[in-house]
Amino acid sequence: MLRLPAFTYYRPKTATAAVALKQAHGKDAMFVAGGTDLYPNMKRRQQTPLHVVSLQDIEELHLVEVQKDGSVAIGAMAHLTALEMHPYLQAHFPALAHAIAEISTPLLRNMGTIGGNLLLDTRCNYYDQTHEWRESISFCMKKDGDICWVAPGSPRCWAVQSSDTVPVVCAMEAEVELVSPLGTRRIKADDLYRDDGIQYLTKQPEELLTRIILPAPGSWKASYLKLRRRGTFDFPVLGVGVCLWFDADGIVKKANIRLGGVGSYAIPATDSERLLVGNPLTDELIAAAGTAAMKPARAMDNTDLDVYWRKKVAPVFVARALRACR
Amino acid sequence: MVLDDPRLADAAAGQASAKWRHDVKKEDLRVIGTAIRKVDARSKVSGLTRFADDLSLPRMIYMKLLRSTQAHARIKRVDVSKAKAVPGVKGILTGEDLPTPFGILPVSQDEHALCPDKVRFVGDPVVAIAALTEDAAWDACRLVEVDYEPLHTIGSIKEAVEHEEPRIHDYGVRGNIHRLENLEFGDLAAGFAASDHIREDTFFFEGNTHLPMEQHASLAHFDKDGKLTIWSSTQTPHYLHKALARVLHPLPAHHIRVIACPNGGGFGGKSDPFNHEICAAKMSMLTGRPVKISLTREEVFFCHRGRHPVLMHARIGVSKTGRIKALDFHSLLDGGAYGSYGTASTFYTGALQTVTYAVENYHFRGARLFTNKAPCGPKRGHGTVQPRFALEVQLDKIACDLKLDPAQMRIDNLAPRDSLTANFLQIGSMGLMQCINKVVDGSGWKTRRGLQERTADGRIRGLGIACSSYLSGAGLPIYWNGMPHSGVQLKLDRSGLVTVFCGSTDIGQGSDSVLTWIIAEVLGIDPLGMRVVTSDTDLTPVDLGSYSSRVTVMTGNAAMQAAERAREILAKGASEQLQVPVARLTFADARVFDSENPDKGMSFADAVIAAESRFGTIGTVGSYTPPKSAAKFRGGGVGPSPSYSYSATVVEVEVDPETGIYRVPKVWMAHDIGRALNAAVAMGQIEGSVYMGLGEAMMEEMAYRDRSHKGHRIFVHKIPSLLEYKSPSTMEMPEVVTYVVEDPDKNGPFGAKEVGQGPLLPIMPAVANAIFDAVGVRVDEVPITPEKVFAALVQKRAGKVGRYGPDELPPVNFGDSLKIKTPWQGGDGTAWNEPKRDKKAAR
Repeated sequence: MLRLPAFTYYRPKTATAAVALKQAHGKDAMFVAGGTDLYPNMKRRQQTPLHVVSLQDIEELHLVEVQKDGSVAIGAMAHLTALEMHPYLQAHFPALAHAIAEISTPLLRNMGTIGGNLLLDTRCNYYDQTHEWRESISFCMKKDGDICWVAPGSPRCWAVQSSDTVPVVCAMEAEVELVSPLGTRRIKADDLYRDDGIQYLTKQPEELLTRIILPAPGSWKASYLKLRRRGTFDFPVLGVGVCLWFDADGIVKKANIRLGGVGSYAIPATDSERLLVGNPLTDELIAAAGTAAMKPARAMDNTDLDVYWRKKVAPVFVARALRACR
Repeated sequence: MVLDDPRLADAAAGQASAKWRHDVKKEDLRVIGTAIRKVDARSKVSGLTRFADDLSLPRMIYMKLLRSTQAHARIKRVDVSKAKAVPGVKGILTGEDLPTPFGILPVSQDEHALCPDKVRFVGDPVVAIAALTEDAAWDACRLVEVDYEPLHTIGSIKEAVEHEEPRIHDYGVRGNIHRLENLEFGDLAAGFAASDHIREDTFFFEGNTHLPMEQHASLAHFDKDGKLTIWSSTQTPHYLHKALARVLHPLPAHHIRVIACPNGGGFGGKSDPFNHEICAAKMSMLTGRPVKISLTREEVFFCHRGRHPVLMHARIGVSKTGRIKALDFHSLLDGGAYGSYGTASTFYTGALQTVTYAVENYHFRGARLFTNKAPCGPKRGHGTVQPRFALEVQLDKIACDLKLDPAQMRIDNLAPRDSLTANFLQIGSMGLMQCINKVVDGSGWKTRRGLQERTADGRIRGLGIACSSYLSGAGLPIYWNGMPHSGVQLKLDRSGLVTVFCGSTDIGQGSDSVLTWIIAEVLGIDPLGMRVVTSDTDLTPVDLGSYSSRVTVMTGNAAMQAAERAREILAKGASEQLQVPVARLTFADARVFDSENPDKGMSFADAVIAAESRFGTIGTVGSYTPPKSAAKFRGGGVGPSPSYSYSATVVEVEVDPETGIYRVPKVWMAHDIGRALNAAVAMGQIEGSVYMGLGEAMMEEMAYRDRSHKGHRIFVHKIPSLLEYKSPSTMEMPEVVTYVVEDPDKNGPFGAKEVGQGPLLPIMPAVANAIFDAVGVRVDEVPITPEKVFAALVQKRAGKVGRYGPDELPPVNFGDSLKIKTPWQGGDGTAWNEPKRDKKAAR
């Protein structure tokens, strides 16, 4: 890894000013929150903005507000450590608090933010490399090249959605708020993402993610289970986010299962979801729902750990995540 | 400088006097054996230690290397004209500026500082550019045009065996075989005929790297007086000095000064002379400015010299009780692109099998292949780690076949102390039985093994045992010479300060501290009050370097000799002044006094003054040369050592049967260190070995991307980063119960043996054996990743053999063996069918 290249650094005080700076410099500018994703990428020359707009002085983005109905609005700049330790999140959103605690290391969580984690650049073993290394493979389509090394015949990029929080917030149907010169819009978290390793966000470049809104606690329960090599540092190579809504008799009314780390977005395990709805969460049902998740868990050979094994153990992880919702 | 040259008095160099023999009682020692802090500890933990990358000089410029993007190719053209025009660029070097090849071993001078005509792996340096800023140097590198003509890439042991052409090097045995060894000790056929049980197994040990926290850095300054100084992160300043003198000829060797900075971890990865060091020196000569280079983490992966991937086949014959009658061992080493220490590595894959357990008849065949990968070399446990994995797993299988307790079977097989092995290695002290007993008792081996207990989260517990041995320093230097392996000088000052000068290099293991403890014990002074000057070729006597676990024994003996000589001089002066006979003087608490009347004495400083008044300036020297080896056959130079350390471990695992994921909650490790000069520091080394061993066992591997693009093969290190090259974190580090076993050896200072490498060896096989104990499957391959355990479990559930591992070795013609009679056959250490040769070719 090289040292950081030269760039101009801005620290606007308001979201409006930040958006204006981004708009003024266009493609040459990027927002930076905690910098734990962007700066290493810049050191590898994967991302090369000439203007970097820091969001750290925008006070409103740091707020964590519990609303009257029990839902929570979290400013995009809230630090991961603060959220991991937040008593209300720990009490009412343990799956999210757990997912956050699973991100990288304590040091990185002290710098990293929830907004940054939701917008984490997609990752790939062919892309997250130095300029020199990428030169030795004639680069790839995500940066400086024209081929996807994971699937050379494919017209698209298969870089992987690698955030720990995304599968959970998508499963629990959280919403995000985006601010642009045209105004503010609020969309479902699921709708923030696209199935493409390069254009992995529906967010427009000049839009600023300002808040994430968690739904009020109720008759639902969520869980997150992560597969990675080590107990720290590593990005998920499978991140199972589950959210189940139950009726009074314990019958599953609605089920959301999102698989992170195995595609360019958090993939819904729709067959598994369908099996669950209308039934009590028995051991047999959990096992069947797990097995049905093997198909959408389309792991590819661009992350850590063996690709075939990852696919084979996906049912085990999905079943365990479901069991955690009982 | 030295009065009555005491070297004449004790001609038997390295022999300690009676007072400091290996069997001196603990209660008679004041420094040795205490847990005092290292001399450099506070600077280290407070961040004040200046590593090579911290250094800066006025007018310094920064160098970057442009490295090959091709795995194997001819260089057709290098055009640096655009790079030259980049503002700030001060100097450019290409292969033709440094035409002399070099390499750590005299038999493999096969590297160039910059590739002149051919590149052999992705990462091979081609051009060096220095500029006012690192950015300008990097930018200029991007503008260099290199035209390559790709050559067929050799990507594995199998490919190297199968493809004689194209040759990666134009030397070696033939094709892409770098080395071929074939040594037969005793009568294999008779050994197998006398066996009750024979089994054959094939193993693979994937390569892995050292991963030192400090990335290599160098600062070179060629001054106006024609003298070159280089500060570098190197474990072997003396060998770097020799390589620089060779490549920079006609610059005289005595105009070159190498200063090894404190190493932020070495583990063998900073033991070769490197391209960047030689380029920095040459660039400084070219530009007249100090030149700095700090490697990136990716470049450290390209420097490598780590663990060889080794394919192994072992055929072993045992009696009903598991006594080893015959062992026929094959190893094929993937050497990567250059020789490095590979010749020694090859021999080491066959050398130490006989040092733990008595092997009656032994046949070793080893071959090292060249491939288009980063060059392999010595990593902690150098070459002995891979065969140790094979042997210890195979013994576990035999114990299972014969329904024997694997721990007891090992005890029954132990090589005797003070004996010669089948391959003529001299064993001295041997504390392995005590080690085994410690870990067996500590772990509850006898009652907790084979239970397949379930943990609360459904994992299955297992215990595995393994043992090992390692050398306390290589018996021979890497280049043939008759000089000492280690030298120490002492200067005694009127203030009472004792300064020790030694060429040894502290790589974090505590070698600077070892010098002070030994000298302080002999002179009765406070080790923390001493001054240590090490690893500076201008100032310090030669020590061959921090490799092969040689420093404590070799510099330790040299330091002891120097200290005893100083003591003798001081005693003469003090005796005269105090009017007390020399024999009655005691050196302790920084005083010299009459042991029969302790009040009658003087301070240590006054003793120096008394001696200096009488004899003039006080300085002494000491040196050490290892004992001669009994192994006289060709290849017998690798394996002999002044002494061997021993380790035994029990590892506990918890395996998730649904996924193959396992964790290691606890490790019991006992190590026979001879004598612990400082038990706290020794335990640090043992725990560090456990950590590193677990990394190799569980996850570390030098994986390569093998793809093709427009008909051209791409072959590049898959994951050269600290994030994606997986090495354990603190979360994977288990509880370690450490037992320091002391079986003093007569060749060690105060009986000390090595500790830096040995305890790593048994970890990998113990993990494999523990997994078998838990879930009944064998993974005959390192690293033992969850997918391999899972694959073996799937096989087992399908009613097949629950095993994951290689099936066979590609066929290699090893030619005729050198035949050596074992000591019990009346052998004299020579090969009876070896043609006569001159002594210098002995290695």
